[in-house]
Order: sequence, then structure tokens, then C-alpha cells
Amino acid sequence: MHVFADPTNLDAYLSGFLWILKLTGASAVIALVLGVLLAAFRVSPVPVLRGFGAAWVNIFRNTPLTLIIFFCYFGLFSTLGLTLSDDLNLNNFWLGVVGLSVYTAAFVCESVRSGINTVPAGQAEAARAIGLTFFQTLRIVVLPQAGRAVVAPLGSVLIALCKNATIVGTIGLIEASSVMKQLINDNGDAVIPIFLVFAGTFAAILVPTGYFFGWLANRLAVKR
Amino acid sequence: MAQPGVDRPRFRDERPTGTVDDVTTGEPLIVLDGVNKYFGPLHVLDDVSLSVGKGEVVVVIGPSGSGKSTLCRTINRLEPIDSGTITFDGTPLPAEGKALAKLRSEVGMVFQSFNLFAHKTILENVTLGPVKVRKEKPAAARERGLALLDRVGIANQAEKYPAQLSGGQQQRAAIARALAMQPKAMLFDEPTSALDPEMVGEVLDVMTSLARDGMTMVVVTHEMGFARHAANRVIFMADGKLVEDAPPTEFFANPRSERARDFLSKILTH
Ligand SMILES: Nc1ncnc2c1ncn2[C@@H]1O[C@H](COP(=O)(O)OP(=O)(O)OP(=O)(O)O)[C@@H](O)[C@H]1O
Ligand SMILES: [Mg+2]
Repeated sequence: MHVFADPTNLDAYLSGFLWILKLTGASAVIALVLGVLLAAFRVSPVPVLRGFGAAWVNIFRNTPLTLIIFFCYFGLFSTLGLTLSDDLNLNNFWLGVVGLSVYTAAFVCESVRSGINTVPAGQAEAARAIGLTFFQTLRIVVLPQAGRAVVAPLGSVLIALCKNATIVGTIGLIEASSVMKQLINDNGDAVIPIFLVFAGTFAAILVPTGYFFGWLANRLAVKR
Repeated sequence: MAQPGVDRPRFRDERPTGTVDDVTTGEPLIVLDGVNKYFGPLHVLDDVSLSVGKGEVVVVIGPSGSGKSTLCRTINRLEPIDSGTITFDGTPLPAEGKALAKLRSEVGMVFQSFNLFAHKTILENVTLGPVKVRKEKPAAARERGLALLDRVGIANQAEKYPAQLSGGQQQRAAIARALAMQPKAMLFDEPTSALDPEMVGEVLDVMTSLARDGMTMVVVTHEMGFARHAANRVIFMADGKLVEDAPPTEFFANPRSERARDFLSKILTH
């Protein structure tokens, strides 16, 4: 493959996917923490928190990710002056992470909440009846039993996040899809091979991820 | 109306001798005053007033849907009420938060469906509350937990998971879990209704011994034998109202309301 034999192109290809992995990793951690917190809000006895969680989910789940990423760049950065790093690339990276995280957190929240709903209500009632607080009930009794039901949909959310990370290319971060576009522009004779290499790389990352989450879900099965 | 009891010889035969009818005790522990509760348009608790003294055992009976479970659940505020007051040991029930959690730790609750924590062993079920709520040392909680499991006769099941136990054993474990919090009162919502008949006795035995030891108990049950032998008072509910409140001998021999007579005749034909 003459295109990837060129060291400059190979470097671009590798750094493009490195950005994707970094975007995915950072956003996954933030979205997971945020999403679990939002799910806790949504099942809490406090109406204000429930409302906040519901509003978050409805706003971010129903706005196209491209718009959210654009807003992070043109709204937060250009207009409101939010600068997350002095390095131009890193600044775009972190703006992208903000957008991906708030968006993905909505999906994490709904996955966790549907997992919580698979745990019989009597479990939380018994926990409250012995005097555990709401958060203890969630942490000690409900979430551990929701594990299996949560893990499989979370895997899908993570896979979607990794693919969605390519949208950060629209605000100037040279991630994988931007590299691909550039290589296609420069090598009109090798469009199909270039495309197959990039698609194949995503598959090579994501197919094992999917299997890993399936395996994890089975391991976490709770006997009842 | 016909003389109550006349057409119900089985009841008369079963009438116990030497029950605890008139052993009513000191200050009130649980006091409900003019409690109302609605589920949407449904008036589930209709101006319910009730006082349960320390050491008293009150059995609640009534037809399905009459509000017995709801009454039980309002006492530790698993269900909030719409109006009226509920006082526990001299303090009105607190709203959601730390104070409510503390109150709940002082009121044991036993559910029809056991509700043991499915991902914890029997011993962990029993020690969870003492360790996480009472901040007891794990070793001390464990020792006391084993003693309680021994008391309810399932010490040898301590390391098993709930799903590995029979219904009767699970319910006894659930009673031990509630007792581990050293509650001032215990609420039972049809503790034997989900059990196979041959397991009912072992659970009732544990409850009877608790009653003898002076535990304050509110028990929703259809086990008339238990009501006769262990209860100080029987409360009959219908349509969310507290219709009768009498010592068991008096209630079974001479129910005053038509509803209660009707109900008793129905559960006796089975
Ligand atoms: N969470 C709820 N939402 C709406 N209605 C409810 C709820 N819980 C109970 N009800 C209704 O309130 C009424 C009283 O219910 P409750 O469970 O207290 O009756 P019960 O006397 O315990 O009956 P059973 O003998 O069948 O257990 C019933 O009509 C029931 O359908
Ligand atoms: Mg009931």
C-alpha cells in the first residue's frame, strides 16, 4: 500500500487514531461519572434533582452532536472566551471532550437508569427500611445488582462514543476522519483502499470492545 | 344478626386459654392521629387513628385492598401521608433525610416477599445495617448476627445466598436482619402469605417468641391462630377505615360490625 508506505502519511494515520482514543478515553471517564450521578438524580426522592436529570437527558440526547460540538467551539470558546488550553490542538481537544461528555452522559444516564429498573423495588425498600440513606441504598444494594443489566448497554454507548469522536474533526482537531479526508484528497487513485484501512481500524478497535462488554455482562450475572 | 360464633364452631374450639388480652402496657410507642392517604382519587387511609403501646402486639386484618399494607408502610414512612400525624416514641416522623433514616433503623420491617439482598450472603444481610447505619465494628456485628441467626434457627445457613434458602428460612433471615438493628418496634406485612403451608409454622414460632419477649409489633396477617395466641389487640380494616379495634377473644367471639362478621365467615370457610 503505497499511501501508508509514506512515513508522513503513516504518522498522520497513527496520530489521527491516537486523538480518537484520547477523546474516547477522556470523555468516557467524565461521561460515566456524570451519567451515574444523573441517573442517581433521576431516581432520587428530591423533585428538583429529578427535574435536573430529566432536563439534561432531554436536552442533550435530542440535540445533534455536531451542534453540541459547534456550540462548544463557537459558543463557549469563540464567544464566551472559554479557553481550556493555550495549545491550539489541546484546546480543540478539550472543547471536544466537553461536548462528547455532556452528550454521552445523557446516554449513560439512561442505560444506568434502565439497569436500576431491573432490580426489584423490594430491594431498595428493604434497604431504606433498615435505615440506609438514599445514596447508600443505591451504592450498596441497587447498583451492584444493576451491574449486569447496565454493562451491556454501556458497551454500546462506549462504542458509539468512539465513533462520535470523529465529529471533533469539524472544529479543527486532526483526528482519524480528518486524516482520511486529507489522504483521499491527496491520493485520488487509492480512495477505496484508504477508506478500507480506516474503517478496518475502527472495526479492529471496536469489535473486541463489544465482545469484552458481552463477556463482562455474563461475569457480573447476579443469581437470584 | 345471629349470635356471632354460633355458626363457627372451629373458632370456639380454637379459643385459647390464658392469652395476653389485658396485658396492655405503658406509654404509647406508635401513635397515628387522623391519618389520611390518597393514591390519586383512591382514599386508601381514611381518618385512621391508632395507638400502639410499648410491648403491645397488634394484629391488622381486613379484606384485600383495605389499606393494611399502606397503614404498615406509613409507620416508617415508606409511604408518606397526606394529612394527620404519626408519632413514633414521642417524635413526629421526620421528612426525607438523615433523621428519617435513623427512625427507620429503629423500626424493623418484614415484607411478604422477604426482600433479602440477593447479592449478599445471609450473614451479610444481617450485618449490613449494623455496620453501615449503626457504625458497629464488623467483628462485633458478625458475632451478634450469628447469634441472631441462631435464635431464628438458621445459623448453619449464614454463608449461603438468599436464593439457596427455602421461603421459611429466608423469612426467618429477614426477621433476623430487622432484629439486628435492635428496633423498638417491628412491622410485619403478611410475613407468611408467600410461604408454602409447611413453612408457615416455623416463621410464626419466631414471631410468637418475639411477642413473648415484649417486642412491640404491628402484624398484618391472615393467621388467625397467631392473632388469638399472640395479639393483645386485633384491628379490622375495610375501605381504608379502621372499623374495629378489640382484644382477640372479644373480636373473634363478638365482632360488632357487619363487615367484620362477613370477613370472618369468608376466611373460615377455607
Ligand atoms: N403505589 C400505589 N399506587 C396506587 N395505588 C396503590 C398503591 N399501593 C396500593 N394501592 C392501592 O391502595 C389500596 C390499598 O392497598 P394496600 O396494599 O394497602 O391493601 P391491603 O389491605 O394490604 O391489601 P392486600 O390484602 O391485598 O395486601 C388498594 O386498592 C391498592 O390497589
Ligand atoms: Mg397488603
